[in-house]
Formats: sequence, structure tokens, C-alpha cells
Amino acid sequence: MISVENLSKQYGATTVVDGVSMVIERNSITVIVGTSGSGKSTLLRMINRLIEPTRGRVLIDGHDTTGEPAHLLRRRIGYAIQGHGLFPHRTVAENIATVPRLLGWDEARIRARVEELLLVFQLDPGAYAGAFPHQLSGGQQQRVGVARALAAEPAVLLMDEPFGALDPIIRAKAQDDLLDIQRRFGTTIVLVTHDMDEAFRLGDHVAVMSHGRLLQYDRPAVLLTRPADPFVSRMTGVSDRAMRLLSLTTAGEAALPGVSEGPAVAAAASLREVLSELLWRGADSAVVMDADGTRRGYLTIAAILERGRPG
Amino acid sequence: MPGMAAILRLAALALLLGFLLMPQSFAPLFTPLTQYGAPPIYDQGNLLTLALAHLGVVCCAAAASTLVAVGLGILVTRPSGAQFLPLSRTLVNIGQTFPPVAVLAVTVPLVGFGEKPTLIALFAYGLLPIFENTIVGLQTCPPQVLEAASGMGMSARQRLLSVELPLALPLILEGIRLSLVINVGTATIGSTVAAKGLGEVIIAGLLSNNNAFILQGGLVTGLMAILLYDALAGLERRICRTAHLE
Repeated sequence: MISVENLSKQYGATTVVDGVSMVIERNSITVIVGTSGSGKSTLLRMINRLIEPTRGRVLIDGHDTTGEPAHLLRRRIGYAIQGHGLFPHRTVAENIATVPRLLGWDEARIRARVEELLLVFQLDPGAYAGAFPHQLSGGQQQRVGVARALAAEPAVLLMDEPFGALDPIIRAKAQDDLLDIQRRFGTTIVLVTHDMDEAFRLGDHVAVMSHGRLLQYDRPAVLLTRPADPFVSRMTGVSDRAMRLLSLTTAGEAALPGVSEGPAVAAAASLREVLSELLWRGADSAVVMDADGTRRGYLTIAAILERGRPG
Repeated sequence: MPGMAAILRLAALALLLGFLLMPQSFAPLFTPLTQYGAPPIYDQGNLLTLALAHLGVVCCAAAASTLVAVGLGILVTRPSGAQFLPLSRTLVNIGQTFPPVAVLAVTVPLVGFGEKPTLIALFAYGLLPIFENTIVGLQTCPPQVLEAASGMGMSARQRLLSVELPLALPLILEGIRLSLVINVGTATIGSTVAAKGLGEVIIAGLLSNNNAFILQGGLVTGLMAILLYDALAGLERRICRTAHLE
């Protein structure tokens, strides 16, 4: 658990982050979203003390982060950034081994961990361990960047626009991978982005920032149905907020018990996707199927539309 | 064409070694340049010894310049040393603009004749390219890479040694190469203050009006500079390739 208490950062007369307080739950993904200059990156960097706060403090599991030298603190916190920042003169394996080396792990343990991570990130160790960053594609570089951030099994992973440099298709894949990895390792992830779609797709909680202040911090559905500020509605988008709301619920969660006719849809698909599928096929109802092929229930267009309304 | 370059390189090396080891066999070539039966080949000392002494002085000066310029370059690119950048740049620039001959004139009364004043002059003259290249190399490290290094938990010292200096290495090596090559030529003036070197041959030629001597001194110095430049460029490419620093 990360407690941010009344955190502020000033440069001269300019206040970049203004009295932000928030509690970030363990084993969840929290997305901080805002326009450029909103102070979101500064807030993130104050968590691992790449930037020292002017006022306020950060507690990780109850311990004040100023209790130890900043570089030792950072070895316990994963950090991944836009454009990956891989060391160009070191191989993929050496890049991933950076923090374990700093922590003084023995070579056998480092080798095993690097291999494990390469497999998790779908990079064949035989082909990629000895490769240099410039020999990889953009998507592979980004994966190595995240693997490096996770190498020393940190409980907390901070990510600053980690997918900003990727094209849309690779970005969607990277986001899915991140969700898988979060489930697998149970890491507490704090991610900064300016992309609301990304925030809604990844975040268990979303924090909206503007001009250094935290406007609202809540579950994505609450941001849509009960925005605390006109700026939050503008960020989340008024014109397609019903569709966004539908995208937050899966077919499996909304499925009605019983049997019905119609095309089969996956339980993991969002209601937005199911609605689109039904419109496309001209059907009124769909059968919801689990990944293993068993029937979960059914959905009708009316039931889906019901879910697209606030309250 | 790499084949052509290799042939030229070998030919230049063979010419230099042949002349230094068996200078008398080149006598017929130089005889037309002499008058009144003067010796066509420098005979007041061993050419090989002089060439080695020349190279020795240049290398010692370059080693000292490298230590000071790289150290200073590191210092002024740290947050704590940034305020010394203008001062250091001025000092290093003076080293380059102050003519080496003038440095000799100033230092001889202080340290006496011989190698010492030459070393000082070459040291001061060779600082600038190494210093400036070190600064550019350190300042042009990709900011994301530096941020990642700090974000991973490297201390300032670890970041410098394992990220910044390796990434700046190609430019630092280039600065050392420039400095060395400039000083191979400049070192000939050391002979005016009795430092051993190829300048002796040129000065002997000037004093006795023997064009053959002047040409020999100049050619040997020039060939050494070209070969050194070429060899160091090759070494740089090899280091950068093994460290993947294109």
C-alpha cells in the first residue's frame, strides 16, 4: 500500500504538484491521467524520489520513503519509462540483470530470473538474451524495459507513459500483457498516461490531475457516472460516455442466467464489444460462453442498454 | 575500397620502418637535394632513436592531457561542478591559443632545457580536443537512458562509470586521437629547447642549409602522424563495435 500524504512540489513560484493525497491499494493498477503539464509525471517521480517533494510525504507499507538513501529505495521499486531507456551498450540479458546486479544477487539466480522474465515476455532466451537493444523491434524493446523494471521482484512498479511510443496494435498487445503480468506477480502498479482509453482499460482506480491538483480518484465507472469536476467529464468524454461505461463491464459479469438464441460471445468480451457484435449481426440476444466452452448465460440488447445508464 | 586502404596503410608503414632502420639505402633519393657534397641522410644521430623519443614525449603528454581533460570534463558535467564549466573552458582554450613556442619560452627559465618544457607545451596544447569531446560525449547521453539508470537505483558514481562514460567513450577516444596527431607535428619544436625528437633533423637541415635533412624530418613526422591517426581510428572502431556503440 502506498500512502501519498499532502504531497507538493514547487519550482520557485510555480507549483507543479499541489497538495495531493491518495491511497494506492496493494495488488492493483492505479492510473494517473492528465494533460501535459498537469503534474502527473512529477507526482510519480516523487514516489521513488527521482524528484524530492517540497512538502508532504510518501509511505510505502507504512514506512516513510525518506528513511533510506534514494538510490537504495529505487532498487526496491520497479521503474519503466516511455521509449524504454534501455542501455544501448548492454545486451538484453545484462539490461534485465541491472537491478539484481546492484542488489548483489549471485550469478545463477540472476541467470534464472533473466530467463524466466524473457519467457514471460515471449522473448526466446536463446535468440534474445545476447542481442543488443538496437537489434530489437519497438515492441520488443518496450517489453525488455518492463522486464528490466520487474527483474528484482519489486512489490511496486511505476510506469511513466510506458506505451506512448508504440503503434496502436502493439500498444493494445502491451496493455494486455501488462494486465496478465499484474495478475501473475501481484505487483502494485502506478501508471501515468495522457490517454483516457488506456486509463479505462488498465486502471482499477483512475486519478485525474489538472494543474497540479488531484481532481478525482475513484473507480473508472464512478468517474463516468459521478464526475467530481467539469474537467473530469471533459477528460472522460461526454459524447461517448455510455459506450465507455459499457466497455468497463464484461459479458461474463452481466450475463443473465438462462438459455437464449443468438451468436456466441466470450465472457471476457466487454459489453461494448457484445453490443457492437449484435448490431452487426442484426441479432437481439447473444449466448455468453466461458473460455473453456461452457455456457455462462445470455445477454439481450435491452439488458446491455440498461448497463449503459448511470446509477 | 578497404583493400586499397589496407595496401596504402602497409606501404606507408613499410616506407617508415624501412627508412628508420636502413636510412642509408635511401641516400640516392636525397642526394639531388644536397649541395657541395653534404651528407644526403641525417648523420648526427640515430633516426630510429629520435623517432622513438619523439613518440615517447607525445604519448606522455597525451596521457597527462587525457587524465586532466577527462577528469575536468567529468567534473564540470556534474551538477556540483557545473559552475566551473566557464572557468575550465577558458583555461583549456588558453592552453590551445597560447602558441607552444611561447609556452617553451615561458617554461624554460622555470624548469630548464630538455623534455620538460616540451611536455608542458604539448600537454597544454592537447587538452582542448579531449576536454570538449568529453563534455559533448557526456552531455549527449540519451536523457531517457540516464533517467532509467537513476530510476533503477544506480548511485551517481555507478551511473557515471557504467553508463555515462561507456556511452561517451567513442567521442573521448576521438578527442585523444586528435590531440595525439596534432602533437606529433607540434613536438618538433621541442628540439629548439634540446628535447630529443625529430625536430633535431629539421633544425640541423635549417642550420646547414641541407634540404635533404628538412625533408627527412618532415616526412618521418608526417608518416608517423598519418599512421598513428589511422591506427587509433581502427582501434576506436574496434572498441565501439565490441561495445556496440555505433
